[in-house]
Amino acid sequence: MGLFSQLAEKPWTPEQAAIDDRHKGVEFSLPTPQFGLRVFLGFVTVIFTLFVVVYVERMVFADWKPMPEPWLLWVNTAILVISSIGLQWAWVSADKGDADGVKKGLYLGGVLAFAFLTGQLLVWQQLVVLGFYASSNPASAFFYLFTALHAVHLLGGLVAWGRTAIKVKSGMDVAKVRGSVELCAVYWHFLLVIWIVIFGLLLFT
Amino acid sequence: MAYVAPAPAEVEEVELYHAKSFITKYVFSQDAKVIAIQYSFTAIAIGVVGLVLSSMMRLQLGFPDSFSIIDPADYYQFITMHGMIMVIYLLTALFLGGFGNYLIPLMVGARDMVFPYVNMISYWVYLLAVLVLVASFFVEGGPTGAGWTLYPPQAILEGTPGSGGGIILMLVSLIFFIIGFTMGGLNYVVTVLQGRTRGMTLMRMPLTIWGIFIATILALLAFPALFVGGVMLLLDRVLETSFFMPAIISMGEQLEYGGGSPILFQHLFWFFGHPEVYIVGLPAFGIVSDLISVHARRHIFGYRMMVWALVAIGGISFIVWAHHMYVSGMNPWFGFFFATTTLIIAIPTALKVYNWVLTLWKANIRFTIPMLFALGFIVTFVNGGITGLFLGNTAIDVPLSDTMFVVAHFHMVMGVAPLMVIFGAIYHWFPLMSGRMLDETLGRIHFWVTFIGAYSIFLPLHYIGFQGVPRRYFEMGETNFIPPSVQDLNAFVTVVAVMVGFAQILFFYNLFKSMSSGEIAEKNPWKAASLEWQTPEQPPAHGNFGDELPVVYRWAYAYGVPGAKDDFVPQDMHPDEVGGEGAHEASKE
Repeated sequence: MGLFSQLAEKPWTPEQAAIDDRHKGVEFSLPTPQFGLRVFLGFVTVIFTLFVVVYVERMVFADWKPMPEPWLLWVNTAILVISSIGLQWAWVSADKGDADGVKKGLYLGGVLAFAFLTGQLLVWQQLVVLGFYASSNPASAFFYLFTALHAVHLLGGLVAWGRTAIKVKSGMDVAKVRGSVELCAVYWHFLLVIWIVIFGLLLFT
Repeated sequence: MAYVAPAPAEVEEVELYHAKSFITKYVFSQDAKVIAIQYSFTAIAIGVVGLVLSSMMRLQLGFPDSFSIIDPADYYQFITMHGMIMVIYLLTALFLGGFGNYLIPLMVGARDMVFPYVNMISYWVYLLAVLVLVASFFVEGGPTGAGWTLYPPQAILEGTPGSGGGIILMLVSLIFFIIGFTMGGLNYVVTVLQGRTRGMTLMRMPLTIWGIFIATILALLAFPALFVGGVMLLLDRVLETSFFMPAIISMGEQLEYGGGSPILFQHLFWFFGHPEVYIVGLPAFGIVSDLISVHARRHIFGYRMMVWALVAIGGISFIVWAHHMYVSGMNPWFGFFFATTTLIIAIPTALKVYNWVLTLWKANIRFTIPMLFALGFIVTFVNGGITGLFLGNTAIDVPLSDTMFVVAHFHMVMGVAPLMVIFGAIYHWFPLMSGRMLDETLGRIHFWVTFIGAYSIFLPLHYIGFQGVPRRYFEMGETNFIPPSVQDLNAFVTVVAVMVGFAQILFFYNLFKSMSSGEIAEKNPWKAASLEWQTPEQPPAHGNFGDELPVVYRWAYAYGVPGAKDDFVPQDMHPDEVGGEGAHEASKE
């Protein structure tokens, strides 16, 4: 039953009580960590949405000068996509109970995430060489801000990834790491979507 | 025929964290009750700092020529820090981190929060935020004096007190606060939705939990705006970006900034700032509903409408923010829209007030201290709310906005009113938390001094505001349009404010004395029906509910049930034990 339709219940009537007494006290069938991650992703979505709104608002002012888009960003995007695919592979393998697949997928995803972060640093370096500093124009300031914020989230994800990778490496049962692998994969896909939105915003403005 | 309860649905037990040493039990504890007390003490400690700052401001306003130790820069720093501390570091942290942590698991019948480790980190990040805030008092130039709204460009320009390290530490502290709060907020939301006990449907939850739940959702949606604004302002200050900073000539010199929009920051700030009022308000609404119901021995009038009103207020609070910005200038249609939504939010709010009053109608009112504070809340909230209706109208707000009238309004509605609830809640739940009662006589003196004192302080401020006395001014000097009575009143207000400030020592004395030597509280001393009082031990032990989690058979407002043994039926009492015919038909009208 939907959250809002429950608001119409009359908890003091015997008819409703007969139904309520059977209630397990749990609203969604998702396991708690999975549900918690989704609430957190909702929070992060609000943050990025507000940043995008502010970006669009700020863009209309006269001093806005569009940024160059280094070709390296395309490479980084491809790396992040493959990283996400790696984690998806790990997740699917975990569902099948395939320990080897979990290990390979997880390692592929994590290593490529590090590669992505290195690539982003290289982009920063290129831009600095070209003379685009954070203070030189709001467009470049937003670029540094967005990429840094995205990278911080990815680094946080890599902490969770590291803990999962240690468990997998120590040969823990696939069924036991399945939850952690799923959390990592969902988070990775989410950050990929965020990155594509940011990258698209930079390309089209 | 007697009602037969069905066999409760089986829910598996969760694995519980167990502390092994003194440090993990009381310092780096993962038990929500310990975290709640840590949150509360930290919040109250920093709140006392905020109280002292307000007394310093009052001394200057009441006796402008007598205190040479307070210069204009100090005054601005006191204002800023007083506002910031009270709204965010005291009220938000105390209601959600303090009461939220203590009451959510107990009232929904859980052993603990769903993510205890994250919950622990939440407190320590909050403490870090408080320490960074306190550190700003000790850097060169002192804390920021930009006003609690931190409007650019002046917030980060030289000439504003604390534009050096002060503003940087302020913004860093806010960012830490938001990170810490998010960890806690995640716990509150997920515990309410996923961690309840058997039979505890959403509509059987006490209104306290509803208030905290909705407020947490608001906070998770509103704090991001402050985060975004704070991070960008910090970059403007540290890296000289121009997100918010327009081209500025300062002291004859063209600054590096250019092209930014200060109004953009105002929108971000108030998109957070207005829901923040309700982040503080909704838990207070919820708690006071329970206080009134328990101490008037009557089910809350219109439970469903109370829930709907909480949800409606929460929703509408996101589309009223620009009423704080009428004086910044805006398209008249924009102002018209926000004036309309602002007045609409009065409807669910008034509905709540009516329902509190109707709960008291023909009820068996007991004038306990929590009840006194609850009544004090209703009166104060109505007063502050009505002046809010004035100020919501653009045409009335523009002349009044920068006067003491606004100071009086928001102190009544979101300062004194929530504080009444906090005091009432502490008197109400202290026996549960400590196992001892607070001293009755001291409590009554505390209530009357605080209540009459608060009115003596803030009623005159309405008048002073109407006379056109501006807020935020260090001193008025020679001004023709202000009558001499204003200065006399200001002196009176200051004397009362300092007295009320000192009267709080009574409360703290009572708190600390009763903790060690208060009268031992009997089990469930207020005869409340909600789950937190039904624990095997009082105060509740680690894990809250002994060997077996309670099973809930009814809502939390079963008072005055016909034929029942007692005048209340606990939520977890099996229908067969209730007696009479009132198993479920608890106090049906």
